[in-house]
Amino acid sequence: MTGLGVIAPNANGVADFEAALREGRSGLRRNEAMAEHGFACQVAGVPQGADELAEKSFDGELLLAMNQSHRFASLAAVEAWQDAGFARPAASDETVDWDAGAILGTGIGGMDTIAAKVIPLVDAKKVRRLGSTSVEQVMASGISARVSGILALGNQVTTNSSACSTGTEAVVDGCLRIRQGLAERMLCGGVEAASHYIWAGFDAMRVLAKSWNEEPERASRPMSASAGGFVPGAGAGVLLLESLESAQRRGARIRAEVLGVAVNCGGHRGGGSMTAPNPEGVARCIQGALADGGVDPEEIDAINGHLTATGADPREIGSWSRALGRGPGRFPLVTSTKSLIGHALGAAGGIECAASVLMVERGFVHASRNCEDVHPEIQPFAGAIAHETRALPLRAVAKAGFGFGDVNAVVVFGKWNP
Amino acid sequence: MSEEELFEKVVEILRPYAKNAAALAVVAPETNILEDLKVNSARLVDVVLAFEDEFDIEIADEDVDAVETVADCVSLIQQKLPS
Repeated sequence: MTGLGVIAPNANGVADFEAALREGRSGLRRNEAMAEHGFACQVAGVPQGADELAEKSFDGELLLAMNQSHRFASLAAVEAWQDAGFARPAASDETVDWDAGAILGTGIGGMDTIAAKVIPLVDAKKVRRLGSTSVEQVMASGISARVSGILALGNQVTTNSSACSTGTEAVVDGCLRIRQGLAERMLCGGVEAASHYIWAGFDAMRVLAKSWNEEPERASRPMSASAGGFVPGAGAGVLLLESLESAQRRGARIRAEVLGVAVNCGGHRGGGSMTAPNPEGVARCIQGALADGGVDPEEIDAINGHLTATGADPREIGSWSRALGRGPGRFPLVTSTKSLIGHALGAAGGIECAASVLMVERGFVHASRNCEDVHPEIQPFAGAIAHETRALPLRAVAKAGFGFGDVNAVVVFGKWNP
Repeated sequence: MSEEELFEKVVEILRPYAKNAAALAVVAPETNILEDLKVNSARLVDVVLAFEDEFDIEIADEDVDAVETVADCVSLIQQKLPS
């Protein structure tokens, strides 16, 4: 793991993101579009200043063809590429990097563009006014395709989608491709645009936080007794995974090691459904990632959970405890990045994997805000919650992402010891 | 609007799409949009939409087929502008 790129509600860029994590900086604000359209939840996590960054980084036809997902993903991918020590190629440079690819996912895809452009123009019988950029903006793979064009990537370039586990799944898939020897470097992560059209269905399901519209920074409350749903978010998080041989050959700075990975599905059985995880599936996925990396559960010094601030949080903590064989008193430190930025859906895994890498690399567990009132079922584990940022060396951090469809993805990041 | 002004506006609209900066720097009426400026042919529909917005005109698809140079754009727009 040699490069990181982040566009998040509380920070743009890795350096400021690390500062934001350490400060426990919230990126949640009142959202006028949600208020205007009568949403129950009127709070969201929206990256600030990303358009200005995109206008500095991209120009001409490229900029004109980008919707918000493309901008978030491209900014984060270029940052990850450069963070790893690679130069961004000129558009006129015909060299293709056949050993580098991208798996950059999205949960919802081009819904913002569909809602804001495609439907109004088609309904108004102005189809030709869509111009040439509509397809590339609404096709799910437009995100990874855009990045491949900017960085001249010649290996596998694709967009995965597994709801809220998307970004974490991308890291798993990229890792496996490199292990197979099919690529040397893969940009992996997820992106989601900020759009009330994307969030509307979640509001209708009554899974969004609706009681904290006047106190946005308190609205995302993972592990709290007063949690009443998640706060929607947006952004992009991208990791550059690289084979150890490639990283060492070029003397790259190694931020962390991907120790073990796993994905699975609970099969919508045993309490699992389209919208809820089968706890056995979750536990098997966690154990699968540990087994994959030969990681002793005792080496997991921190968990960055999926932990969205819904009723699933207590079950998730229970699953971690069973899977690791570590009960109250022996449970690792636990935090939820969503307490700071909300739930960025398809981008969540990318941004939160980036947070997990920073934690294991730099030796800290960031504050998990808004659970002063720990949920009664989590109370036995209360001592493990990082209410404040803690600085301490970490051997390994486990990151999980669970998604609608009963799908799970887990990555264990390890401290790199050369 | 003078022909010079019209030419300048057309060039400004083409500018972000032109991948050949050197050709753009010496752009002239006879400059070919696809071959000299290296505009991606798929983006021509966006250029036409920009002409429509800038000059408040409508351009039919069949009119676009005959356009090759910057001068072709200028004359097409002149035809569509109310006299």
